[in-house]
Amino acid sequence: MYDFLLFFFAGGAVLGAVLMVTRKNPVSAVIFLIAVFFFTSGVFLLLDAHYLAAINVILYAGAIMVLFLFVIMLLNLGHADWRDLRGPFGGLLTGSIGVAFLGLLVRNIVASTDAIAATPAGDALREATLEQGIVGVVARPLFGEYVVVLEVTGVLLLVSIVGTILLARRGDA
Amino acid sequence: MNEGTALSMLGTPGAVALMVSAILFTIGVIGVLLRRNAIIMFMCIELMLNAVNISLVAFSRVHGMEGQILVFFVMAVAAAEAAVGLAIIIAIFRHYEVVDLDRFNLLRW
Repeated sequence: MYDFLLFFFAGGAVLGAVLMVTRKNPVSAVIFLIAVFFFTSGVFLLLDAHYLAAINVILYAGAIMVLFLFVIMLLNLGHADWRDLRGPFGGLLTGSIGVAFLGLLVRNIVASTDAIAATPAGDALREATLEQGIVGVVARPLFGEYVVVLEVTGVLLLVSIVGTILLARRGDA
Repeated sequence: MNEGTALSMLGTPGAVALMVSAILFTIGVIGVLLRRNAIIMFMCIELMLNAVNISLVAFSRVHGMEGQILVFFVMAVAAAEAAVGLAIIIAIFRHYEVVDLDRFNLLRW
């Protein structure tokens, strides 16, 4: 069952990503990217990252993608555009770059398969989750060891809010 | 979690997740190179960030919680980046009425 679910979520994510890149209509591309984020959350669940699975759906699929959808509809771009995809030459070049890139990545992963298989399979993480809870296992290091980084992230979000308002407002305002 | 025979060709769930991460990242790169629509290129960048998140989570099972903490910060930075990037796209659209990146050469030499 675990194997079936893992391959189901993994295959769904890859299929959704392929469909997203090849859709000409931006709205259907957004919908397929939301599907990719849902499948990715399934992979997160199977890898014992329960909190991140929830956050992935809430933050990415719920907030960021809705922002994309709003911008597409605000700018009235929700129609297929024939100029969007590059021509056959561009497609060939892109495809060969992609195949070379993927080959390099897969070769490195396959070369380190033995090292990955030799490492213990996350029992310590599961025990910590049982002991501290799904949120606690993330929150403890976040508000302990990494609290300065967390505060800096807050400043970053504030700066991005101010920057967004400055960029997106009308010039005469 | 090593019991599955279907996983024997790829090893552990971690290896499967790393493979998915590599494939999704490559699809994101292809999308950025293939498309001209600024918003879809931006979405492909989000896809690449998500692919990296998968590999960080896969490694965090073995090497401790730091990977998941890093995923948390990646998501926060992605949210900030999405807001600023979409604001830039809106500002560009106000000037030129298109989001076709081949039409812009303001920052290109």
